[in-house]
Amino acid sequence: MDAFGGPIWSMAVSPCGSQLLVGCEDGSVKLFQITPDKIQFERNFDRQKSRILSLSWHPSGTHIAAGSIDYISVFDVKSGSAVHKMLVDRQYMGVSKRKCIIWGVAFLSDGTVISVDSAGKVQFWDSATGTLVKNHLIANADVQSIAVSDQEDSFVVGTAEGTVFHFQLVSVTSNSSEKQWVRTKPFQHHTHDVRAVAHSPTALISGGTDTHLVIRPLMEKVEVKNYDAALRKITFPHRRLISCSKKRHLLLFQFAHHLELWRLGSTVATGKNGDTLPLSKDADHLLHLKTKGPENIICSCISPCGSWIAYSTTSRFFLYRLNYEHDNISLQRVSKMPAFLRSALQILFSEDSTKLFVASNQGSLHIIRLLEGSFKHLHTLQPQSGTVESMCLLAVSPDGNWLAASGTSAGVHVYNIKHLKLHCTVPAYNFPVTALAIAPNTNNLVIAHSDQQVFEYSIPDKQYTEWSRTIQKQGFHYLWLQRDTPITHISFHPKRPMHILLHDAYMFCIIDKSLPLPNDKTLLYNPLPPTNESDVIRRRTAHAFKISKIYKPLLFMDLLDERTLVAVERPLDDIIAQLPPPIKKKKFGT
Amino acid sequence: MVEEESVRVVRCGGSELNFRRAVFSADSKYIFCVSGDFVKVHSTATEECVHILQGHRNLVTGIQLNPNNHLQLYSCSFDGTVKLWDYVDGILIKTFVVGLKLHALFTLPSAEDSVFVIINKEKPDVFQLVSVKLPKSSSQEIEAKELSFVLDYINQSPKCIAFGNEGEYVAAVRDFYLSVYFFKKKTTSRFTLSSSRNKKHAKNNFTCVACHPKEDCIATGHKDGKIRLWRNFDDDKKYTYTCLHWHHDMVMDLAFSVTGTSLLSGGRESVLVEWRDATEKNKEFLPRLGATIEHISVSPAGDLFCTSHSDNKIIVIHRNLEASAVIQGLVKDSNIFTGLMVDPRTKALVLNGKPGHLQFYSLQHDKQLYNLDIIQQEYINDYGLIQIELTKAAFGCYGNWLATVEQRQEKETELELQMKLWMYNKKTQGFVLNTKVNMPHEDHITALCFCNAEKFENPTLVTSSKDGHFKVWILTDDSDIYKKAVGWTCDFVGSYHKYQATNCCFSEDGSLLAVSFEEIVTIWDSETWELKCTFCQRAGKIRHLCFGRLTCSKYLLGATENGILCCWNLLSCACKILFYYKVIWQSI
Repeated sequence: MDAFGGPIWSMAVSPCGSQLLVGCEDGSVKLFQITPDKIQFERNFDRQKSRILSLSWHPSGTHIAAGSIDYISVFDVKSGSAVHKMLVDRQYMGVSKRKCIIWGVAFLSDGTVISVDSAGKVQFWDSATGTLVKNHLIANADVQSIAVSDQEDSFVVGTAEGTVFHFQLVSVTSNSSEKQWVRTKPFQHHTHDVRAVAHSPTALISGGTDTHLVIRPLMEKVEVKNYDAALRKITFPHRRLISCSKKRHLLLFQFAHHLELWRLGSTVATGKNGDTLPLSKDADHLLHLKTKGPENIICSCISPCGSWIAYSTTSRFFLYRLNYEHDNISLQRVSKMPAFLRSALQILFSEDSTKLFVASNQGSLHIIRLLEGSFKHLHTLQPQSGTVESMCLLAVSPDGNWLAASGTSAGVHVYNIKHLKLHCTVPAYNFPVTALAIAPNTNNLVIAHSDQQVFEYSIPDKQYTEWSRTIQKQGFHYLWLQRDTPITHISFHPKRPMHILLHDAYMFCIIDKSLPLPNDKTLLYNPLPPTNESDVIRRRTAHAFKISKIYKPLLFMDLLDERTLVAVERPLDDIIAQLPPPIKKKKFGT
Repeated sequence: MVEEESVRVVRCGGSELNFRRAVFSADSKYIFCVSGDFVKVHSTATEECVHILQGHRNLVTGIQLNPNNHLQLYSCSFDGTVKLWDYVDGILIKTFVVGLKLHALFTLPSAEDSVFVIINKEKPDVFQLVSVKLPKSSSQEIEAKELSFVLDYINQSPKCIAFGNEGEYVAAVRDFYLSVYFFKKKTTSRFTLSSSRNKKHAKNNFTCVACHPKEDCIATGHKDGKIRLWRNFDDDKKYTYTCLHWHHDMVMDLAFSVTGTSLLSGGRESVLVEWRDATEKNKEFLPRLGATIEHISVSPAGDLFCTSHSDNKIIVIHRNLEASAVIQGLVKDSNIFTGLMVDPRTKALVLNGKPGHLQFYSLQHDKQLYNLDIIQQEYINDYGLIQIELTKAAFGCYGNWLATVEQRQEKETELELQMKLWMYNKKTQGFVLNTKVNMPHEDHITALCFCNAEKFENPTLVTSSKDGHFKVWILTDDSDIYKKAVGWTCDFVGSYHKYQATNCCFSEDGSLLAVSFEEIVTIWDSETWELKCTFCQRAGKIRHLCFGRLTCSKYLLGATENGILCCWNLLSCACKILFYYKVIWQSI
């Protein structure tokens, strides 16, 4: 849908949720009506001279504030005319800058408009009179984002210097009702621009160019000092970005706008535990597949046999066939995709690479049979009636009989692929699922949740397994529950049915179901047992969780065959090296 | 008949002016500062001392204006009394005897008949803030024993106590916590800074506190140079604070302006910082104040500030951050290498002053006359930096010449020495640098001595050094074609068996020069520079040498390191050990 105003710089949904404002390059502010089935243009507001970079609704929905270059306009929504135009000072530390860009505005219910701009100012305006009330110069660079709490007693701004400032409404004296906005705490958790901030009831959330998402809890809102009160820094998406072809030793890496296919190197040397062996064959970069258009890749997958690659952007689905002739590789796009395969949230190939499972964003699951160079749509599993939730995690059993799919909240559905119908539903749990896998032979479904709980569910028996019940009864180790990142991948050893292999960004764990569970008194991250101890002691100290933390940050880990494990590490330094340089700040004493 | 009394020392000057915050009078015409047992009243316009309020028998520890009568001043002292003064006439009005050692004084307009004092009870370092009821009585000396306890375990320094919002609450800081006592609610809130967060650099101890005059806002200074502004502190949970950070070293004092729009802070950087609207980006500086800012105070009228500095100086500063007056006391440096000297011309006491300077201090007027910049280099205040030190100075020729020695030793083997000779210029009434001698000796100079005899038309200077030589410097024509310029050159170098020269002295008539070489004293003829005779007593290394004066001019006195005073008769060359004395050689 085109707004016909050039690039759209800002959008804001009305407090009641039925109207949408769009700020465009040509200076127009357009109002759209949101109906359940479409978005309809309603009218234009008075056109401004330059692009509209920020928009904010008054909580009552009667007025809006629009930030442009060098000024802020206040519009009356009914008439669509500008009520006030508030000019922003271009001066910056006494020097006149070229332009003052209003990066963000916030309209409070008492009529105050808060603006943040490229001169490093946070300004408070009275929208009734159109006058500047207070000015806080907080940065030497741009202030790029603002978010106000629901109570309107505090707000947060993010600057290009990587600092996040917290402002609070405090009473001037304890015995008067007069209140004023005061800048309280600065937080420096970012190295680069903070492009977006959010204010939850208990935390400040910020993110920007340095790729980190930082959640900083507000201590005064936290009732108990538990793990929720800790600062969290999230660097990687909590989902799988890498898929692996076990047969051909291929890895497919998903980037924002391209895919990379690599063949793993190999070695003939042998060595002791902890050695780094020389490569006899280097890793090959086989393929660099760029997407067409500006859309980001949502998901991707390579088939276990290595001859199919599928990926999806927000509006298109692509399937490729790979042909290997000795060292040459040829790529062939499978054309004539059916119209319903528009976009997918998750793609999965069956173990024998004959079936493709696509979770579409409408909530349905498509099952497609793959033949040599062509495909055939087999069936579409429609979502349960009454739910519009789309599935975002899929798992297929190695024997190809079962398919497990999980949405964001409503539990895990297990489908029988042979009969193409729902087999059972795992009882819903409060926390979203972060990883799913079905064990070979036993067909036990292992589910990891974002609160670090792990369940094992027997698909044939339609109930939790005995081991899962035991661990739920005893509870996980407190350190296990305090981990920062969710489990993103689960796999199994074909020859050791008692083992579950799982990993998050900071550790790799093998759960040995045959060993006793650790309690809170035992060491969870136990180092290698001392060799001089007798076997008895070693048996006594051993527990079910064997954890290795040598790979950080760990993006992917899977078994290639019985004796080989592949791990993908993405050092943060590499990512930071690709970023533009941060704003230089003089550090005292240097 | 005069009754025999024990020796009583009357302190008459040179006291610390920077012991407590200075106080302005209500009209900003006068500034009050504690000075030993006295309170001095200075005019802010002329810097002159107008009155000295005498009466306390011990150190004055606090002064405050009487909030009910702004022409009166309260003072408290270690002698256990609070005194009320009429400062315009310099009269003591009343004395309230509390009977406890009083460490600081606070007054509040809302508490009319009482003042707050810091006392210590029982244990030596447990201090309490108590309010003292001042009974109304017409008599001169009144007992004031009615104390009511306010806060316990506080810091002794008055900088760590502040009253806010017209006496609604009092804030006290100590170590890592801030406690706020609300008088109406009778509750105390306490906020602790986590000192254990990073144990290595846990330097966020509180150092001082100030309260906003209009708003519920407390400013605290910290050891790491940060200033925190606390708000919402009536709620233990919802309290919040902001940080202001410019100082790199401890914040020594804080003060809000009268309206509360700006906050003043100072520290070791010797820069007064004015934070406008309590925002980090909006600040003004008054740099180069010379020494660490110890205290900051603000006049009640709001037009003047003043800073007290560690070099015993008070600077009166205008509202627009322009220094307008300096009240300078006797500078007490940690090391007085030069010893005490008297300028023959002005009869002023001369000693090391602020770093690199020689101060001339008038004892009659208890006032610094001027500072002579000897080293003439920017003083960089940084911990651990090895500075150039002014180590020796001597006046010669009735104050016409001044010789100074400065040294800097970074390592054992690297010694930088410089001798400067200054001539008194009658026109400018000051000393002008005449000759600069780099490395006059190879090692430390132990003594400087001018020949002050009248018959010598040519000024002569002798320096003795640890390198084993003594050098004679004389004033000669400089290589100027007009032969008008004069300069000092080395005339003679003497030594004695490679012993270190420890001291030197001219006789009164200038005919003889005595130079001590460790345990041996040598006598030289000052005309021909011939060695006349040597005295060797083996009584110890000689530190001081002095010729007798007038009728005793035949004697030479020497003092050794191990406390023996020797006297030689120059005519008979006989020696007499006078007595052993127990003196610890020490500069004052």
